[in-house]
Amino acid sequence: MAYSDKVLDHYENPRNVGTFENEDDGVGTGMVGAPACGDVMRLQIKVNDEGVIEDACFKTYGCGSAIASSSLVTEWVKGKSLDEAGSIKNSDIAEELALPPVKIHCSVLAEDAIKAAINDYKSKHQD
Amino acid sequence: MNSLPGTDYFELFGLSPAFAIDMEQLSLRYRELQRSAHPDRFASASAQEKRISVQQAALINEAYQVLRTPLSRGRYMLARLGANIDDTDTSMEPTFLMEQMELREALAAVTASDDPFASLDSLRDRIEAMEREMVAQLQQLLDTNDTPGSDDLQRGIQLVRKMQFIQRLLGEVDELEDQLAHVG
Repeated sequence: MAYSDKVLDHYENPRNVGTFENEDDGVGTGMVGAPACGDVMRLQIKVNDEGVIEDACFKTYGCGSAIASSSLVTEWVKGKSLDEAGSIKNSDIAEELALPPVKIHCSVLAEDAIKAAINDYKSKHQD
Repeated sequence: MNSLPGTDYFELFGLSPAFAIDMEQLSLRYRELQRSAHPDRFASASAQEKRISVQQAALINEAYQVLRTPLSRGRYMLARLGANIDDTDTSMEPTFLMEQMELREALAAVTASDDPFASLDSLRDRIEAMEREMVAQLQQLLDTNDTPGSDDLQRGIQLVRKMQFIQRLLGEVDELEDQLAHVG
């Protein structure tokens, strides 16, 4: 299957690959997996006192589309509020990367990962 | 013999529906059925009989592939009990995913380790032990209950989902072993 240029670009030069300390109070971690293909994705956000996402990183073991979807999301969420980041839809990701129908689930995984990271951050700060 | 889609795979091979399957009986019956449905035997048959024999052969192959491995057999048995697996559901136990991530990281570090083959072997042992444990749990769940309740079925679905990750991981272990063998 041919990947789009945008997928190839993110696949060959993934943005923001890495890890934040989960113990850090300002860090939210989202961990998701796709049983159908065995992909595993970890997406982390670093949130400042104003509730703005200052930094984001990811680590994905999976196909090119899964790597590109998570790479793109880390770029998109930087500078966004939690609500803004939480409203990112998998269809936005799929459209930006021109994912074929069989790879839509990779964009779903990335949407689920950012939502999980936001929920993790919120659960650390729910007092 | 004219069993077509809708046929119960266990019935097709004359097996009682159990997760702990008689592999010898399965492959024996598979070869017998394959012979009886082989297109060569229908060389002088009518077009309709030929078509049926081709469908029959495809069904036999499909059923054999499904029953042969624990993962697809478990998935099939759960579906027979009405528990279908939603592949679009991405939520998994966080501890399981954490472990998966850790295993992937360990796999990625194999090539740079002092003894890549030994590292890969110990990693494979660890993953295969996890797989055996899951297979044993699934067997316990499917074979010791006459009528598994919805809690059991949910547990079965979770096990099959985990086994899918394990299978993928073992596939990558094989791939890496191949690469190492060709470099070394």
